[in-house]
Amino acid sequence: MMSSAQKRAEYRSLFKHNVKGRLVVDKIAMGVVLACVVIAIIPLGSILVEVFKNGLAALSVEFLTQVPGAIGTGTGGIGPAIQGTLIIIGMSSLIGIPIGVMSGIFLAEFGDNKLGRTVRFFNDVFMEFPSIVLGIFAFLTIVLLLGHFSLWAGAFALSLIMFPIVARTTEESLKLVPLTYREAGLALGLRQWVVTFRIVLSAAKNGMITGILLAVARISGETAPLIMTVLGSSQFFGGFDSPMDALPLRIWRLSLLPYDSAQLQGWGAAVVLIIIILSINIGVRYYFATKNSAKGKLFYRVMGGRKR
Amino acid sequence: MLLVNKKSTPSRISVDKIFKIAATVAGVYVLVIIALIVFQLYSESHLVWEHEGLEFITGSQWNAVEGREVFGAAPYIAGTLVTAGLAMAMGVPISIGIAMFISQAPKFIAGPLSIVIDLLAAVPSIIYGFWGLLVFRDFLLNNIEYPLYDTFGESIWLFSSAPFGLDIFSASIILAIMIIPTISAVSREIMSAVPHMQKEAAYMLGATKWEMFKLAIFPYAKTGLIGAAILGLGRAVGETMAVTMLIGNATGPNAFPQTLFQPGQTMSSIIANEFIEASPASLHLPALIGIGFTLLLVAIAINIVAHLLVSRMLKVKEGVINA
Repeated sequence: MMSSAQKRAEYRSLFKHNVKGRLVVDKIAMGVVLACVVIAIIPLGSILVEVFKNGLAALSVEFLTQVPGAIGTGTGGIGPAIQGTLIIIGMSSLIGIPIGVMSGIFLAEFGDNKLGRTVRFFNDVFMEFPSIVLGIFAFLTIVLLLGHFSLWAGAFALSLIMFPIVARTTEESLKLVPLTYREAGLALGLRQWVVTFRIVLSAAKNGMITGILLAVARISGETAPLIMTVLGSSQFFGGFDSPMDALPLRIWRLSLLPYDSAQLQGWGAAVVLIIIILSINIGVRYYFATKNSAKGKLFYRVMGGRKR
Repeated sequence: MLLVNKKSTPSRISVDKIFKIAATVAGVYVLVIIALIVFQLYSESHLVWEHEGLEFITGSQWNAVEGREVFGAAPYIAGTLVTAGLAMAMGVPISIGIAMFISQAPKFIAGPLSIVIDLLAAVPSIIYGFWGLLVFRDFLLNNIEYPLYDTFGESIWLFSSAPFGLDIFSASIILAIMIIPTISAVSREIMSAVPHMQKEAAYMLGATKWEMFKLAIFPYAKTGLIGAAILGLGRAVGETMAVTMLIGNATGPNAFPQTLFQPGQTMSSIIANEFIEASPASLHLPALIGIGFTLLLVAIAINIVAHLLVSRMLKVKEGVINA
């Protein structure tokens, strides 16, 4: 027969044993989790450091403005590529943003039915289509039709990447606008399209701008669809009907060359591209960031400066 | 007054109708485009399906020379599946670890960290590829591939070919790095959708943090986390540039993945490499479009499954919040 004191001591030791093991497992798990974070941060750090370290060394006014020199000489620059990227972004925005915004309006205002749910679902699936397939599609529909590579084809391919993103972010921001805003407009006798464009869209403006800018950042780095649409060129803009260069395409071409000077130019093009993309991303975050949270400020602005 | 009302009512309805129709057309645009893409890719590649039949999927010879044309895409399909699979095996555990860390860390760490992870997602494929080619390749070759080859080269067939740095292994690692932001961002959302009650109940029973994850979060978030992983798989399958730059671009039977350190080829990389050189008059272009079609079907299937899983999880979330 054990005395109760002995029993208590035994239970205590069992408890300590139990807790000790569990705490060790917990510590190990947390260590593994921390290791995961470190493993993921290292590549990003390395990419940023290498791109800026090697890229900034390649930058000069000449490099940013001139046409590429003869292959392997390391002369000339990426002027046409920068120009091409800006033109393609502008053109695909002209095609993609109106379609995306209208599609978002459809999803938010008329999308509460079977058709709306179907569109929303396929919109989400379409967002994840391999971009190279969209390039092939633009090649088949526009390049083969016109008989030559052109800016139009590239802009069309990129607009296909852009509009589903714009549509979904527009929908999400429109849904944040309270129903009472719409009802107030309708009660004043306004037509629904006036209510949507003048009241709802202006209340949801900031969320939509975020979505549009993120879509622009996304397409400015796209390479695969451009290979078979705008093709690349070493000349400045020569009409919407002709091939054009773009920054990602130029980086790819330079990476295929075996010269050190080509690598240096590639880093230079990469740093220009990454500055464009990161400044859009960070700019959007900064613009919508508050002490509390990015979402809070977005919501605050969407609510027209009124707290719920 | 009555007259004015009668006049304005019809036009008011008709303008709004036009508005509604325009919005509906823009909404349906995505369905039309998807249908057109599937139709175009199929009809433009039917020549090669006729020429090769099932051999197009199962064969591994690849020759674009006129008169001796033979196109078998099996090595590239296998290459896509192997690289994406390896990337998943490396990327998914790390991503879920990151999501766990972010969901538990204090705000002043979690906030900046999620921004950094999101920025990792914004870096374009071509820059991953360029960095991979010029920086990461050397690191990998000297610190991982050669040691593995020297120790296991003779005993384990996976490591048996002499490493060169441009191979299936390096392409998979780049892919893993690229899908980590996607998967960890979605997993983070999924984990934050688990109701607080569940976590508090686990803590109340005396669970440690790890046990709380095991008892409360993982069972609840399982479906969503699987969905997140499949979403990452979709990304990995369609990824083009970085893989093209690092996989070594073998063609024909040699491209069939046998060891980790051999050059390979994926569906997207062979399209990127050969599309411009292919003549529209020959079978070469239809063959590449056929590969694009196969890639599209794989990607659509993966993404439909992923979206069904993720949206099911997030619906539960809304239900709980409303309740």
